[in-house]
Amino acid sequence: MNSTPGGEQIQADADDHGHVAVDVTTLDAELIEGPSVATPDVAEYALWLGDDSLILAQQLGAWISRAPELEEDVALGNVALDLIGHARSLLHYAGTASNRTEDDLAYWRTEPDFRSLHIVEQPNGDFAHTIARQFVVAHYLFELYSRLRASADATLAAIAAKAVKEVDYHRDHSNQWVLRLAHGTDESRRRMVTGLSDLWPYIEEVFRDDPLIDRLEGVAVRPSSLRPAFDAAIAPVLAEAELEIPRGFVASGGGRTGKHSEHLAFLLAEMQVLTRAHPGASW
Amino acid sequence: MTSPGDSATEIWPLWEVFVRSNRGLSHVHVGSLHAPDEILAVRNARDLYTRRSEGVSVWVVPAAAITTSDPDAKGAFFESPVGKNYRHASYYSKSEGVRHL
Repeated sequence: MNSTPGGEQIQADADDHGHVAVDVTTLDAELIEGPSVATPDVAEYALWLGDDSLILAQQLGAWISRAPELEEDVALGNVALDLIGHARSLLHYAGTASNRTEDDLAYWRTEPDFRSLHIVEQPNGDFAHTIARQFVVAHYLFELYSRLRASADATLAAIAAKAVKEVDYHRDHSNQWVLRLAHGTDESRRRMVTGLSDLWPYIEEVFRDDPLIDRLEGVAVRPSSLRPAFDAAIAPVLAEAELEIPRGFVASGGGRTGKHSEHLAFLLAEMQVLTRAHPGASW
Repeated sequence: MTSPGDSATEIWPLWEVFVRSNRGLSHVHVGSLHAPDEILAVRNARDLYTRRSEGVSVWVVPAAAITTSDPDAKGAFFESPVGKNYRHASYYSKSEGVRHL
């Protein structure tokens, strides 16, 4: 293939790099092949989790080139890429129930058909707002995927097993930033406190048990069952940061039934515009 | 000319990153980055340099802690050894009568 002088060297360098494949657009084989077609209920559950990851990834992508430092652009971009990976797997699986692709689900549904939680559609705000959102969501996702690995549904269990290691790092990344912003300057601490208190009303919805969960015993993870572990995981970080758990009102939520805040429609418009303007285009 | 990290607007110091790609190999310098402290420097290094399974171990060193040779002293420091083969042991012939050399 390589006839140019030095071609072998290029190949050797590529081998040194491990698994480099910049054109990977397909999912892992275990997630595509096999008999796994989701039942309507399992598909709905996969859609919940997939939409959470997709919307959060879209939000984090907006930080690229705008984070406080170049290094943080990359860190948040990496987190977003991990989440896109989870979203692709989950939406692919959700689509098997209705013969739709992951792209059909991501780009061709409208706002009321999205099942994402309100917490992931909260605006990026300043860096502290984004870190507050990452802190809560990453800790929640870690507890969720840790338990979903034992799901009776083999595909969900496989997706969770892969995702849990990545969200473990997201958790660590946000922990580090909560500590630094809280113990940084007066200004950074003020912003961290504001970020947490602005976000806290949306946490209740994350741990709410919608009726679907009752029908998926052993397959889905009961959100309310994650709350004690979540509280126990964030407590030491907040204690070290000398931050108090905010008190205040609880937002109504409704994301799982397609009721969204004013933020989601704008986010979807930006995410979907290119695909809708050029249907079937690939790049 | 100032280097990154020197000016007042850049408050994050510069770190040099070394990655070991495999067990048994030594850590190799791969580049540099900015980070507020050593803990985030290791994490930034992971995000910038090891996302595609390039490494099994990462070191970060404050760039300020590295003492380098002076680029302007290149002539005196690294002068060519051409014509100075007396710097090699093979230049010298073995003396007769030295039995165990």
